[in-house]
Amino acid sequence: MKPKVVREYKFPQTKEEMPFGPGSEAGVLIDVNSGWRTLMPIIDYGKCNKCLICWIFCPDGVISKENPQLEIDYDYCKGCGICAYECPKKAIAMVKEGEKVE
Amino acid sequence: MAVSIKNLPDQELFYGHKACQGCGGAIVARLALKVLGERTCIVLPASCISSVTTIYPQMSFLVNSLTSSFPATGAVLSGMAAACKAQGLKDVTVLGFAGDGGTIDIGLQALSGAVERGDDFIYICYDNEAYMNTGVQRSGLTPYGAWTTTTPTNNNAVGEKKFKKNLFEIMMAHRIPYCATASVAYPNDLLNKLAKAKEIQGPKVLHVQAPCPTGWGHGPEKTVEIGKLAVRTGLWYLAEYENGQVTINTNPKEFKPVKDYFSKQKRFRHLTEEDFRIIEEHRDTEWKILRNYLGKDE
Amino acid sequence: MSELKMEKKHFLSGDEAVAYAVKLCKPDVIAAYPITPQTVIVEKISEFVAAKEMDCQYLHVESEHSAMAASMGASLMGSRTFTATSSQGLLYMCEMLHYVSGSRFPIVMVNANRTVAAPWNIYGDHRDSLSQRDSGWIQIYVENAQEALDATIQAYKIAENSCVSLPVMVNLDGFVLTHTYELVDIPNQEMVDEFLPSFTTTNKLDFNNPKSLCFSASPEWQTEFRYQQYEAMEAAKKIINKADEEFGKIFGRYYGGMIEEYRCADADYALVAMGSVAGTTRLVVDKLREEGKKVGLVKLRSYRPFPKEYFQKLGRRVKAVGVIDRDISFGYEGAVYSDVKGALFHPGAQVKTINFIAGLSGRDITKEYLTEMYQKLEAIDKGQNIAEVQFTGLRWT
Repeated sequence: MKPKVVREYKFPQTKEEMPFGPGSEAGVLIDVNSGWRTLMPIIDYGKCNKCLICWIFCPDGVISKENPQLEIDYDYCKGCGICAYECPKKAIAMVKEGEKVE
Repeated sequence: MAVSIKNLPDQELFYGHKACQGCGGAIVARLALKVLGERTCIVLPASCISSVTTIYPQMSFLVNSLTSSFPATGAVLSGMAAACKAQGLKDVTVLGFAGDGGTIDIGLQALSGAVERGDDFIYICYDNEAYMNTGVQRSGLTPYGAWTTTTPTNNNAVGEKKFKKNLFEIMMAHRIPYCATASVAYPNDLLNKLAKAKEIQGPKVLHVQAPCPTGWGHGPEKTVEIGKLAVRTGLWYLAEYENGQVTINTNPKEFKPVKDYFSKQKRFRHLTEEDFRIIEEHRDTEWKILRNYLGKDE
Repeated sequence: MSELKMEKKHFLSGDEAVAYAVKLCKPDVIAAYPITPQTVIVEKISEFVAAKEMDCQYLHVESEHSAMAASMGASLMGSRTFTATSSQGLLYMCEMLHYVSGSRFPIVMVNANRTVAAPWNIYGDHRDSLSQRDSGWIQIYVENAQEALDATIQAYKIAENSCVSLPVMVNLDGFVLTHTYELVDIPNQEMVDEFLPSFTTTNKLDFNNPKSLCFSASPEWQTEFRYQQYEAMEAAKKIINKADEEFGKIFGRYYGGMIEEYRCADADYALVAMGSVAGTTRLVVDKLREEGKKVGLVKLRSYRPFPKEYFQKLGRRVKAVGVIDRDISFGYEGAVYSDVKGALFHPGAQVKTINFIAGLSGRDITKEYLTEMYQKLEAIDKGQNIAEVQFTGLRWT
């Protein structure tokens, strides 16, 4: 379960729409972090045994464990590569962004 | 209840932040909220984490948070805990989340006061061993020998010339109900310490080592590996203080050579064999002090 | 008055009077740190708490910075708070003053006015609070112990008004007010409860809809947030006056809101003063009036927000205005004088002005000094050349 992203965030158009002082609703994301990435993690589900090492160490929390297979939220993955580096099964490959993935 | 990785919720309460790739501090924040849950109010003094999470209108914490002043974390926590008590608010975790400078330098007085008062809060110091948010300046938790922008290195200078202050022992000296050291590289240990802290009444302080690829000069994928090496070389220890007793969570018979840790980080690349000797000597003294606490009533 | 509305007279110092006011306002959280001449306030409150006459969390904080930080922590959870400070302590918490006003927490604090080192000195002037003019706090100055008590109660009413939602600093002169005993009416609890309902706010953490408070704003948005503070401070002008009227209706004591005029209706020469010196000035005004001099006093209660509109009008109806500053902004003049002068010289005004720097670090402002000030106003009006900034009682120049 990942937080919802407000893709077309509407900034205040009038004085009345301003937040009261510097306080607002928590958990508002108006843009993504995928642009930071040069390398993209790709999970080989044939090798993954869902040990969750990648899930626990991900600094961005982009791996989801709630479905039978782990899933990566590529909107927020920055491509740090901790998941691939720490994976005991070597089930995650870091692939250059933009290269074709089979 | 013991916490395990398997039974942690998948729900993220810290998401979409702008921390650097491979940020150790971000791992600490994320795991802390997984254990402490939705009824956590988090106080963020000036630090990396506050500046990558709460810039209008993008808010990366899904729990209540306050971006607060650099020196005041302990005092804000006290005020919040007192208000919870006055209002009869139950099942709320009041959490301070501060960096090393915000804790051991500018925030130490407020933290000491809050711990002495015995207010009910958890304080996490995520230690990336320098003022990283302002661009890598040394703090009281920067280790001996480290390059920072205010402890430069050249033929005459070794970088930082002093050893880290010991937050764990400072907290022990307050006779705090619970304090511990931990590391991002040892998540089970960290999670269980968080779970324990959640159950204990009064002040609880966790000092968590959090490698910083940007400031330490290592690849972002190596954050966990570097964290493990710090523990295996004995340069960082995992310990707890509870009910006046010290427990050492990892007590290696022998340490890996410190060179294994230093060679992987640019901030230490100028160190000499003589530096290694000085550091190992200091490490051994620190461990002697720590082991002396074992089995003794405080 | 019915029996319920009877107030009791007590012989109290200004500090004690404040402590009674705080007790009547029922804050949830008190943050206490000692500093002369404020200390009696937090001592007295601790006695109330120990005697269970007050039900609140009393925090022994380890500094003034932490006193304000703890107050902020409690306020953002929706609790009413109180703290008190003075002098070096006010300056030590300066960073937090901006945090609190910028994030719109309606904290009430009493400041016992005392000068600031160096030279080190514990006695009263306005150097501490005037140096915090731009911290975004409402600043009220009081004349006596009764007003200290009443203004503290009013302060919560003003701060917590939803149009305002700003912190309020009540200033009382060190020693002259904090430690001097007077007969003071202590209002009864039912009447205070009627005047001041319990604290409710939406500007707090919320477990059903979590919030991020005190967030960072980029250069694109900072101006709009600052404008909100500006508007709130402007709105506070009406609310300060309204709170005083409502208070007067219930308790029978009126202070004029932002300004109190004393015998100014037909005055040619007016002195502007803040705090305890207003009391002595009234006596001097009475005496000079007996001698046929058309003199008056303007007691400035609210320094921020500043009653600009009042002074714009005053500038058109008096011949000369003197401003007593218990401080000086080195390199210019007294800060209160600058503000008053700026408002007086509205188009159409022909008024002459002098700045009296007086009462520094607890030095008495005597009747003789005050009489001399009025004489100087008359002299300047008659065309005599007098230096604009006058150090009252200075031994030599």
